[in-house]
Formats: sequence, C-alpha cells, structure tokens
Amino acid sequence: MARVLINLPSRAKRGEIIEIKTLIAHPMETGYRLDSTGAAIPRDIINRFVCVYNGDEIFRAELFPAIAANPFIAFFTTATESGELVFSWTDDHGQTQTEVRQITVE
Amino acid sequence: MGFASFIPEATATEAAMAEAIRGAIGESELQHGKVKLELPPIVENGNTVSLTVSVESPMTEADHVESIHIFNQKNPRPYVAAFELGSRAGKARVSTRIRLADSQRVVAIARLSDGSFWSDSVDVIVTLAACTEQ
Repeated sequence: MARVLINLPSRAKRGEIIEIKTLIAHPMETGYRLDSTGAAIPRDIINRFVCVYNGDEIFRAELFPAIAANPFIAFFTTATESGELVFSWTDDHGQTQTEVRQITVE
Repeated sequence: MGFASFIPEATATEAAMAEAIRGAIGESELQHGKVKLELPPIVENGNTVSLTVSVESPMTEADHVESIHIFNQKNPRPYVAAFELGSRAGKARVSTRIRLADSQRVVAIARLSDGSFWSDSVDVIVTLAACTEQ
C-alpha cells in the first residue's frame, strides 16, 4: 500500500465549497527512461483517480506520464451532506488503492 | 546517467499537440478566454512543476465546466491530464504537478456544459529538464 495524504475539512457548513487535496506516493515511471544497461524501464504510472461522495462520482482524473512523481491533485466540491468520500487510484497493472474519509455537514 | 538516458525520438511536436487537441475537442471551435492557466514562467526543475487551471463559470446545473484537459508541446507525449468535474464542484479550479522535458508551451482547454471549448496557454522556460537525469 502506497502512502497517501488527503487533506479535506472534517466539518463543513451545508453548501460550503471545500477544497480537497490528495497525494499518493508513486514513482510515475514514464516508460521513456533507460536503465544502466540501456534497456527501457517499463512504464508504470497511476493512470486514473476517482473521488466518490456518498455514492456519486464528483471528480475523475485521467493521468499520463507527464504527471510528476507522487501525483498531487487538488480540486473542489460542494459539501452537500454528511457521509463519506471514497478516493481511489488505479495503476497500469489495474491495481486500485482506495481510501475513505468522513465529513460532517451541518 | 546523462542525457543519453532519454529516448530522443519520442518527442511531441506542435503537430502532435494539435492532433491531440483535435482528438479531445473534435470539430468544435476553440475560443480564447474564460480559462486561466497558472504555471511559473521560469522553472528550475522540470521534474515537478506546479500547475493550476481555473475557469470562470457559475458552476450551476445549467452552466458549468464538464472537463479540463492539459496538453504540452515538447514532452514525449502531448497529453498531460484530463479532469472531469461537474456542477457539484462549486468552483472550477484544479491543481496538479507536471513534468516538462524542455522549455515549451502548455495549453489548458475547458469543455463547458453548453458544448463550447475555451483555452489558455503559457510559455514556460525550463532550466533543468525532466527525463534527462536519473
């Protein structure tokens, strides 16, 4: 499991626009580099990031090798109701890492 | 590892970028305005460059930003990222960090809910390129 940082407020007013910042530890190997023997290092990147808020997809990113290592993505959403936000990152091998955060909306 | 570690033939060109943009927007007209792309004008390290795109939009059900696409001119591939948002975002603003293999132009394109496309571009000078060092 890669290390993940997710920054969002734990409490928000109903209708408040909140910023969500995410970062996952990953080399984002581009596939364009060569190793010390001259062989190409195979591409291995996180190619998809999705955020789901109480069952509704609120944000999705498609990523290419031009995204820097340890991909950082920040975006906004409207705090509509208390519940959970599910964050998932999927890599080139089809493996997905999922993290859940709670939010209380008053 | 020196400059030889970068595979030189795999470089996006102006034409490849134009083709990638065409692939994303189809036959639609690309208009300038509404979008603001923020990147530092001079980058010391191309391996990690902060980028923010914001779009002027009320973000209502009737009028909002559906997606934001980022392209570059001289990396091995022209597509950098695509972000899908919607009226619930409240604010059409996305930030990330990208790699730049050379001094070049970066383009951001937003697709609005009425089907129109808007863009902004920034020319960036890179002193230490990504990909060229290990």
